[in-house]
Amino acid sequence: MMELLHYEFVRNAIAAGILASIACGIIGVYVVVKRIVFISGGIAHASFGGVGLGYYLGINPIFGVLPFSIASALSMGLVSKRSKIPEDTAIGILWALGMSIGIIFVSLTPGYAPDLMTYLFGNILTVPFSDVLLMLTLDTVIILVVYSFYKEFLALCFDEEFTEVLGVPAERLYLVLLCLIALTVVVLIRVVGIILVIALLTIPAALSRQFTADLKKMMMLSILFGAVFSIGGIWLSYLFDVPSGATIVLVMSLVYLVHSLVGGSGSKEQFE
Amino acid sequence: MDREVIVFKDVWVSYDGLHILKEINLVVKDHDFLGVIGPNGGGKSTLLKTILGLVKPTKGEIKVFGDTPHNSRKDVGYVPQYSLFDPNFPITVWDVVLMGRMGHTGLLKRYSEKDKKAALDALKTVEMLEYRDWQIGSLSGGQQQRVFIARAVVGDPKLLLLDEPTTGIDTVMRDEFYEMLEKLKAKMAIVMVSHDIGAVSVLVDKIACLNHTLYYHNSKELTPEDLDAAYQCPVDLIAHGVPHRVLKKH
Ligand SMILES: Nc1ncnc2c1ncn2[C@@H]1O[C@H](COP(=O)(O)OP(=O)(O)OP(=O)(O)O)[C@@H](O)[C@H]1O
Ligand SMILES: [Mg+2]
Repeated sequence: MMELLHYEFVRNAIAAGILASIACGIIGVYVVVKRIVFISGGIAHASFGGVGLGYYLGINPIFGVLPFSIASALSMGLVSKRSKIPEDTAIGILWALGMSIGIIFVSLTPGYAPDLMTYLFGNILTVPFSDVLLMLTLDTVIILVVYSFYKEFLALCFDEEFTEVLGVPAERLYLVLLCLIALTVVVLIRVVGIILVIALLTIPAALSRQFTADLKKMMMLSILFGAVFSIGGIWLSYLFDVPSGATIVLVMSLVYLVHSLVGGSGSKEQFE
Repeated sequence: MDREVIVFKDVWVSYDGLHILKEINLVVKDHDFLGVIGPNGGGKSTLLKTILGLVKPTKGEIKVFGDTPHNSRKDVGYVPQYSLFDPNFPITVWDVVLMGRMGHTGLLKRYSEKDKKAALDALKTVEMLEYRDWQIGSLSGGQQQRVFIARAVVGDPKLLLLDEPTTGIDTVMRDEFYEMLEKLKAKMAIVMVSHDIGAVSVLVDKIACLNHTLYYHNSKELTPEDLDAAYQCPVDLIAHGVPHRVLKKH
């Protein structure tokens, strides 16, 4: 395995895997404990509109995804908080709307859309160094924001109404959290693709929850799990020449299911 | 002259066009202890939420400490009737109580030693210090309620809003809780919603009955007509006799 590290694409893949684990380890914990898996899936899928926009404008699709995922995070947050539309209905509509916009842009783009599949299903073995740098930047932003608002996010996830009562601008904070999910989606797209992002956002965090009841430790653990799974997945996909994103998700899901079935379910007893 | 803590001027609140609170006029002053009774659905919780700025009035004006409810939240402690949280949420009793200090700590800052001291004292008051490292959902309902009481008083509020705070609490703790309120009364104004009319009438200085309309005479006395109108059934009342009690006939 060591000689593989001589290849730049392998080094980039490993860096991308670790950077993705950091983002999804931290933000995934919030997604899981606040139970906003569905809205996160919505943000991820709606971001496909950004991929289409990128192709249409002839720019790196990632730069189309970034504003698009932020916009869909904000609109999902605002519509679900402020309008009378039930939250899941609003998410479902915006989810499909974003994807439709993406499909239309792709079809309007003259010629063939190269590696469109990469954005849908990810391919960690083709991540260019420039994207690794972008992932590094986004990770830094995510870490700084979470470090700054750690206690506020904890309160927000635990009891939103009471957070508001404490004089903390809960709604704005919630929108910030959704924007962080949007950034995480951008970080993860290259690794597992839009369709599978939700797996990385939930599985490592859900697994770490079975080991600890402390939010910070949960974050550390899920970063670790994410890193182990993605590097393991990269290796397996290289070995068997199968798609990397799907392999990573498959490894994670199997470990999670096996661990949950083999007695990891009693999370409550482990709390003291 | 005690300052005015809460002032309601002709306040109306409605949900979907249905009037829940009608024409509420109310003044609560420093060191007042107001008990609010009334039938289910009468709007008691809504009244407290209006004071917190969580519910906006459709008409009328509300001042809390001379300012908007929104701007005064830092000085208000609140024990909600229902705390809607995920019982499996990974958070300890200690972190739940510290949360109540957030208005003092400010954004971007860590909890200070002073915050931690306050949390320690609050947990001692509700006799839950030994549970500080427990996950909140692993406590019994009554124990959780004690923690939420601690979370409400930890921020040294000048106004305490209690929405049926003794629900699920055992009688020993309830008596201790009422004693605690007696002491807190010296430092703050308290508004307590309760169905425990007996206890309320002993404890509070003033009593109001709410059934969409507020029956209140800035005193501990309610007329039999008030109670009949509010509960829409005959309620016996001994308001002027000694002891001062408001009792419901069974
Ligand atoms: N978010 C809401 N949307 C629509 N109607 C509401 C909402 N909250 C409360 N109501 C209505 O307002 C009325 C008063 O509710 P509230 O919770 O204030 O009553 P309460 O006096 O606290 O009752 P209880 O003694 O049962 O706690 C009820 O009829 C309820 O249906
Ligand atoms: Mg109520």
